[in-house]
This record gives sequence, structure tokens and C-alpha cells, in this order.
Amino acid sequence: MWFSGSRNGKGGSGDDGSGRIPVPSRTIAAQNGAVTRSSRGLEEFFGHIHGLSGLTLLDLGGATQQNVSFITDLGHRLYSENFLQILKETSGAEGMADQSNPGLIDYFLRQALDYPEGHFDGVLIWDVLEYLAPPLLAAVVERLHKVVRPGSYMLAFFHADDKLEAVPHYAFRIQDVKNLQLLQQGTRRPMQLFNNRSLERLFTRSDSVKFFLTKDRLREVVVRA
Amino acid sequence: MWNKRRDEEPPKPFSPPVTPSVSPTAASAPAPVTHSVEVKKEITPVSSTPVSRFEPANTGNSIGKSVKVVGQIYSKEDLYVDGTVEGTLEASEHKLTIGPHGTMQASIKAREVLVLGTIQGNVEAFERLEIRKDAKLMGDIRTARIVIEDGAYFKGSIDIIKPEPVKASAKPAASAAAPATPAPTPVAAPVAENRR
Repeated sequence: MWFSGSRNGKGGSGDDGSGRIPVPSRTIAAQNGAVTRSSRGLEEFFGHIHGLSGLTLLDLGGATQQNVSFITDLGHRLYSENFLQILKETSGAEGMADQSNPGLIDYFLRQALDYPEGHFDGVLIWDVLEYLAPPLLAAVVERLHKVVRPGSYMLAFFHADDKLEAVPHYAFRIQDVKNLQLLQQGTRRPMQLFNNRSLERLFTRSDSVKFFLTKDRLREVVVRA
Repeated sequence: MWNKRRDEEPPKPFSPPVTPSVSPTAASAPAPVTHSVEVKKEITPVSSTPVSRFEPANTGNSIGKSVKVVGQIYSKEDLYVDGTVEGTLEASEHKLTIGPHGTMQASIKAREVLVLGTIQGNVEAFERLEIRKDAKLMGDIRTARIVIEDGAYFKGSIDIIKPEPVKASAKPAASAAAPATPAPTPVAAPVAENRR
């Protein structure tokens, strides 16, 4: 396993003291409140499957027109799961149900990740793992490793601020291989916050974990299964 | 695959929230029907009144919101479904609209599918599939073109298929075949003679 903690030299726009996530300077505001920014993690993810077609990709952020069009236009087959919707149906709006309950974990996995082993060539996880309590998170990550083919890549986002009580929850829409549109869906309390060390432990089964810290204080993580 | 998962109960003691899902689809599918839009087995109750909010734009058939159909439906014209259908639905050369009250637990084949209600089952839309806001589709999709509005719920896979121009041109060619077919034969003969 190799580990790259590349911070990309782009981080550190700083907290404005309001507790809100600062908007990065190089973002473009859209009419609907969405912002578009570059994403090194996304670029890295699609860089690994560049030139390939006919892959099977899983998107855990729910179906959006942009993501569906972008991925299918590349010639891939897309599976869509609205992970947070399933979590809400399973354990309440704020995930208040006991996420260490084995019955809940089993039920959740059957609802959200009931796929054969080695089914996917890549997973767009986005930021959904932040909202899972440790027992459920561990089970989900283990299942993710099973449903992807060895050597496949996964892209996940984690907020980098250690002090946040609630974080903006986004819909991530792919504009192109380098740019993402982030449409805030409200705020949500993460079940836990991560640093590089804890992320390395979380993906300890992976071949490699690569980090990119963005100006909007997201840690973009590209994981090679 | 989708129906099976939805119906499974989680192990105790965890009790997940009850979803308004109904029984599995394909398992209860009876024998096929041969007429244009017909129904098998249960129809409870029947209403001939067409739909409220989303009236079909054309003169196709409609299944009202108080109608439940269990079985197989073949449609030879556009079809609007605002009721409940369990089984299979095929309108290969026509448009199918699932109204806001429509609930399909069925596998679907149609030229074009517009979803405003709920579908649980696989969908094959040869030309286009559109999932509107607040609509739900749980199943695998095969279509040439897909439109998903914000606020729509989709769970499943998407396969984009290329439109089949051969199939579309086959029928007109066959119907207008009489004058066109003999032509190649006389043309081929002189070419062969020239080569000699």
C-alpha cells in the first residue's frame, strides 16, 4: 500500500469565523445558488478510466441529469443509489437510529449495496460516508471493497474542518472531467470528522489512498481498491 | 431483483419504516392478452374516467387512477396509466405515460416513457425516457435517451442503447417493397456483363 498525503498546495483559505464554509475564490456561482469549482479528485478518478468504455460505475449521490449524461456519454453503464435517502428511510432524518444495531446495518446494506462481488469498476461515493456512525461506516466500506473489482477507484469527499457541528450537504454534479458543480441541499451533522490519519485507517484494505485538500475545505480522497 | 429487495424484512429487533410498497410483480403475472389494450384477471374497480392533473395529450388509451390491472398489457397506441399495474406492459411503438397517481410494478417496454408516478421494475424505452420531479423509478433502464428532473428518485442501472435505424426503416421498405425490390436484379445483370 502506498499513501500519498498530497495537500495539493491549494488549501488554507481559512475560516471566516462565522462557522460557515468559506466559498473558494475560484468558484463560479450559478443562478440556482450552485457553485462550480475544479476538482482534482474528480480529475484523478476519471484519469484512471480515461480511454476506457463499457465500465460499470456506481454513483451513491442519487441520479442527476448531469452525472447520468456525463457518464453514459463516456460509454459507461451507470448504477445510481440515493445513499442518503436510504439512510434517512432506515435511520431517520438525522441518522438518529442506533447505527450500531446489526439488524439496521444488515438492512441498510441490503437496501443500498446489494450487488455481487466485483460488480463495479468505480464508485463515486461523494460525501455520504461522513453521515455514517463508525459501525455502519465500517460495514459500508467493507461492502464497497467487495462490490468493486480489485484495482478499481473510488472517489469520496470529507470535510476537513475539525470543529464543524453541521456541514453543508451538497449535490455533486459533474460538469466535465475537472469541474464539479456543488448545489447545497442544506446542512447536516456529520457523525464523525476525519483527518488524513483516520482516513488512512478507514481505507486500510485499499492499495492506495490519495488526498487533495480543496479551498472549500473538503478533503477529496481517491481510493484504489 | 428490485422487488425482492424491497419486500425483504430486516432482521429483528430493528424495524425499518414501513414503505407503501406492494407485492412483487412478475411472480403474479398471468397469461398474455392479444388485444390492443387489455387486461387479465383482476380489475377492481373499473373507471372509465380519464385522469385529473396530467391529461394525455393525444387520443391514446388511459387507465384511470381507481383502476388496478394485474396481468399483461399490450398496447398498439399511446397509453396513459394513472392507476396500478402489476405484471408487464408493452407498447413497443408507442408512448407510455405514467401519471402522478400511477403505480407500476411491472416490466415495461415502450417507444417512449414519461414517468410522473412510481415504477418498480425494469424499463426499456427505445427512444426516450423521462423521469419528472417527484417521480420514482426503481429498476434497470435501457434507453436511447434519458431525462431526469431534479427531485426525481431513481435507483437502478442505466444502459444507453443506440437507436436502431434498421428496425425503423425495415417496415416502410417492406410496405413499399413492390416497386423497389425488382430493381436490383436488372441493374446487377448489366454490371456483370460489363465485367466480361
